[in-house]
Amino acid sequence: MPISLFLHALEQGLVFGIMVLGVFITYKILDFPDLTVEGSFPLGAAVVAKVIFSGGDPLLGTFLAIIAGSLAGLITGLLHTKLKLTNLLSGILTMTLLYSVNLRIMGRPNIPLLGKVTLLGEIENYFPNLSMDYLIPFFFLFLVVILKFIIDYFLSTEIGLTIIATGDNEQMIKSLGVNTDLTKLMGLCISNALVALSGALFAQYSGFADVNMGLGTIVAGLACVIIGISIIKIPTIFWRTIAVLVGSLVYRLIMIIALRYGYSFGFKPGDLKMISVLLVIIALSVPFIKGKLNFADRFNLGRKDLQNNNGKEV
Amino acid sequence: MLIIKGLTKYFAKNSPHETLALDNFNLRVGKGDFVTIIGSNGAGKSTLLNLIAGTLQQDKGEIRLSGEMINNQPEYQRARWIGRVFQNPLLGTAPYMAVEENLSLSLKREKRGLRLGINENLRNFFREKLSELNLGLEDNISKKVGLLSGGQRQAMTMLMATMFKPKVLLLDEHTAALDPESSKKILKLTQDLVMERQGDLITLMVTHNMKQALEVGNRTVMMDRGRNIFDIQGEEREKINVDDLVRQFSILGNRKDKYIEDRMVLI
Ligand SMILES: Nc1ncnc2c1ncn2[C@@H]1O[C@H](COP(=O)(O)OP(=O)(O)OP(=O)(O)O)[C@@H](O)[C@H]1O
Ligand SMILES: [Mg+2]
Repeated sequence: MPISLFLHALEQGLVFGIMVLGVFITYKILDFPDLTVEGSFPLGAAVVAKVIFSGGDPLLGTFLAIIAGSLAGLITGLLHTKLKLTNLLSGILTMTLLYSVNLRIMGRPNIPLLGKVTLLGEIENYFPNLSMDYLIPFFFLFLVVILKFIIDYFLSTEIGLTIIATGDNEQMIKSLGVNTDLTKLMGLCISNALVALSGALFAQYSGFADVNMGLGTIVAGLACVIIGISIIKIPTIFWRTIAVLVGSLVYRLIMIIALRYGYSFGFKPGDLKMISVLLVIIALSVPFIKGKLNFADRFNLGRKDLQNNNGKEV
Repeated sequence: MLIIKGLTKYFAKNSPHETLALDNFNLRVGKGDFVTIIGSNGAGKSTLLNLIAGTLQQDKGEIRLSGEMINNQPEYQRARWIGRVFQNPLLGTAPYMAVEENLSLSLKREKRGLRLGINENLRNFFREKLSELNLGLEDNISKKVGLLSGGQRQAMTMLMATMFKPKVLLLDEHTAALDPESSKKILKLTQDLVMERQGDLITLMVTHNMKQALEVGNRTVMMDRGRNIFDIQGEEREKINVDDLVRQFSILGNRKDKYIEDRMVLI
């Protein structure tokens, strides 16, 4: 297998890894399957593409994409906490809303960025002696590692612990003086800010923004999270964020291999989404097939079976 | 001082299933009082504690704590002064978080910020507190709480409910779901932790065990159909025994015909 394939998997695994960190925060930390990401990923791309296409500063564009993403999370959060809609419905509404918003922002379904100065182009200018082949993965790695440590730190602060507890035992943490509406809003904003940042970087990396580029983000994100935590099972935040990033790399490698060599088995590019779903199902069913679920497996699989303590006891 | 005046709570109001869970309930509890609350199923005991804590909102009436009206504050604000332990040991702790993380969440109940939730000082403080439980938890401070037994989790919840020096401690049948041995331990722990506060704490403990109701604490309140029907303390309480209490319950609750039934439920 050519080395360039690995480099591609590495680059994509890292760029999408930022999205995966976001999905990890909602799905695993907050226990909130958030479909907003299907809209906030292309939202990040749309915002940055619009800014760059109109001759703006790509760094500013990327920054605005992050803000836009957190606003998207805020909308979902408000629908859920104030209007008391279910988490799935809140996400679906925002995701659909964002489709129109993204079209409005871009003014058309697709903006090409080839030939424009992107963030990556600017970085290349800073290091004229380095080859883009290594500079880009290195830059993404640098960024992802920094984000990982910021998230790790945040989740061990007083506020961070209350966000984790909101997903673990909401009733308890309320009785310990936490406004869980607020913790959910925070989690959703941070998560969607990361997803939009991922979308913004992906647009600059791939040279276009497309209104449909968010399709399947949630399944891809879930696949990465689930693959990651079934590979690395150490249940501390430090290792869990590493796990989901590893999951992201493994997932992209599988996708790239499937795309490249899959045709000999009769696969078509359109089958990739099906492969994602199969990956999720396989990763989720392995512990069942292996036998009884232990504490760690239940932890990895989503917590419902242990958490029936939310039965209305109060 | 905890003053409850005319507290009334309906469930499913204006529907065919309307229930009057609390009916003009009154109670005044002074600092240092340890009140045990008894009453048959559906008497409104849990509803009362939920209204005090803010988990539920009353339809009428008021609740004052140290002079301040708290009945319109959200639950998370009242949590600054109120510690709670539930019947179900799974309710009071977060299973996928470490022992020390649970304790940290409980210790600081307001103005949480971006400081680390756990540091060496806190960790030492937690170890010291945990060692008083005699469960060996001080050596397992980073263990996930979900791996502990029900009794251990309930002991942790007791610690969490008192460690931050609340003004009010609400216990809702908090020993009922445990095996007899753990149940005894938790009750002893409860008394020790309340004693530690030396009359600085208001404790309300719901129990179905009449014997326990008379042995623990310094005052007993009997509830029936959402009302406070019997309230004894001091000498009067010293003299009364379980049988008298059940008889009282039948008379006051207008349930003479149900004496035998009540006896079976209450003892
Ligand atoms: N969430 C609810 N919805 C509807 N009715 C409720 C609800 N909670 C309690 N009730 C009703 O209110 C009344 C008082 O219930 P509560 O739980 O306070 O009783 P209790 O004294 O704690 O009883 P137990 O000893 O069984 O715990 C009961 O008739 C009960 O059916
Ligand atoms: Mg009850």
